Amino acid sequence: MPAPATRRRRKVDVLVAPFQYEYMQRAFVAALVVGTLCSTIGTYVVLRKLSFIGDGIAHASFAGIVIAYLRGLDYYVGATIVAILTAVGIGFVNRRGNVSLDTAIGVLFTGAFALGVFLMSRLPHYNVDLQSFLFGNILAVSRGDLSLILLLSAIVAVSLAFLYRALLYTSFDPVVAEASGIRSGFVDYALLVLLALTIVVSLESVGIVLVAALLVTPAATAFQLTRRFTTMLSLSIAIGATSAVAGLYLSYYLQAASGATIVLLVTLLFFAGMGAAALQRRRAIGMRR
Amino acid sequence: MRIRDLSVRYERVTALDGVDLTLESGMALGIVGPNGSGKSTLLKTVAGLVKPARGSLEVFGEPPRSLRPGTIAYVPQIEAVDWSFPANVYDVVAMGRFPRMHAFARFSKRDRHVVDAALDALRLGDLRGRHISQLSGGQQQRAFVARAIAQEPKLLLLDEPTTGVDAATEEALRELVRGLVAGGLPVMMTTHDLDRAEDWFDRLVVVDRRVLAEGDPKTVLSSGAYAGIREHSHVHGHARAGDPAAP
Repeated sequence: MPAPATRRRRKVDVLVAPFQYEYMQRAFVAALVVGTLCSTIGTYVVLRKLSFIGDGIAHASFAGIVIAYLRGLDYYVGATIVAILTAVGIGFVNRRGNVSLDTAIGVLFTGAFALGVFLMSRLPHYNVDLQSFLFGNILAVSRGDLSLILLLSAIVAVSLAFLYRALLYTSFDPVVAEASGIRSGFVDYALLVLLALTIVVSLESVGIVLVAALLVTPAATAFQLTRRFTTMLSLSIAIGATSAVAGLYLSYYLQAASGATIVLLVTLLFFAGMGAAALQRRRAIGMRR
Repeated sequence: MRIRDLSVRYERVTALDGVDLTLESGMALGIVGPNGSGKSTLLKTVAGLVKPARGSLEVFGEPPRSLRPGTIAYVPQIEAVDWSFPANVYDVVAMGRFPRMHAFARFSKRDRHVVDAALDALRLGDLRGRHISQLSGGQQQRAFVARAIAQEPKLLLLDEPTTGVDAATEEALRELVRGLVAGGLPVMMTTHDLDRAEDWFDRLVVVDRRVLAEGDPKTVLSSGAYAGIREHSHVHGHARAGDPAAP
């Protein structure tokens, strides 16, 4: 049996080993940032029942990625423009049109996604880069990508902090917030634009198909465990950031797809949260008796 | 507040037509009328939630939407909030401070003091830690009135705040409103309770899409307009079908 000092060293080796590669260092930073950002904005997404929007904007952004590829532009430019246009379009159709929110999302995102698939199908060669945006490839995050991720994340984080109270009030009671002088229309559109930017930031890490899970699941897990907003927000961030980093570790040792491993881990935590919430309720009923 | 020739339409239905009204500081203005008469629409228009089709509306010399945040506090008749929202009574009342706070400002000692005072005024001190879904209808209504008070508004709009509250709470609410009015706050409130109108209001307006009568409560209550409305209310006890202004 190895001595305690050796065992300790092995544990440290397990934690440190992935960091010997530069691409893993970048991947860990990206995972931490994306996990934190998605779970922060995801709190409002869950409370405003906008889960479908995240999925919609992510799928729509695929058209932007393909258009950028065809034009020889940076993927992020195309994805950002289409994601923001889709987000604002969904908001506009919902506020001004006679269709419900889920219908507006359904129409716009499937249309934009179909455009992306159509353009991709006309490409003469099969392209792996575009595939990686569907399922994410956090290990492929370059220095330039990471700088952009950090810049966009900083913009989103500062904007969310600036709008914190307006977002909270309009999420709870938009009519009374509006009457008190908070411009709920502006806040709604700002949230959609920030959501679009968050999705763009997350595309390379977890991919179009899985980004909605990182937006919704940490906040949904936290929602089951607390009845205070600030606690929900903190728990959601803790769950999102931890799962992203731990999922990346797991994917490294299991040699599995990183985006899928992160999402599977956060889904497991959701069910664990459900169990904990059920136990909490049972204990509360027992105490009342 | 000054309203001149105000008309509000919901698509093809006229909710208010040619309304003239004035509200001075330190005055409680009661608005009565049958269901679907446009009482709630009038409050929503003053709150800046509904755009007038015609006429002018000025609050402190400006259109409602041009006012500084926090100037108007509005308590709707029915709160369409998600009752599972993670917030307790204190959190809800504290939201009343939000319109007046700068983006990165911390909740100050004064903010906490104002929220505590609003909770005490509405007898909610013991319920401050309770989740909003665990309140009775009357307690929920009190929490929303407390939030409006915590806002320290310059104009208070209350849409039937006594609906579903017990007699003791109604009296506490009346005393609170009278206290605020005595302090100079203008209050505009809709009600169905015509019998206590004299205790609540300095002026009373009878509305049925138009202003049918206006004056001190005693005069209005003894006028034909009041009798007509009362008869109307008894005959049409509920909202008229197809009326979008109906609650």
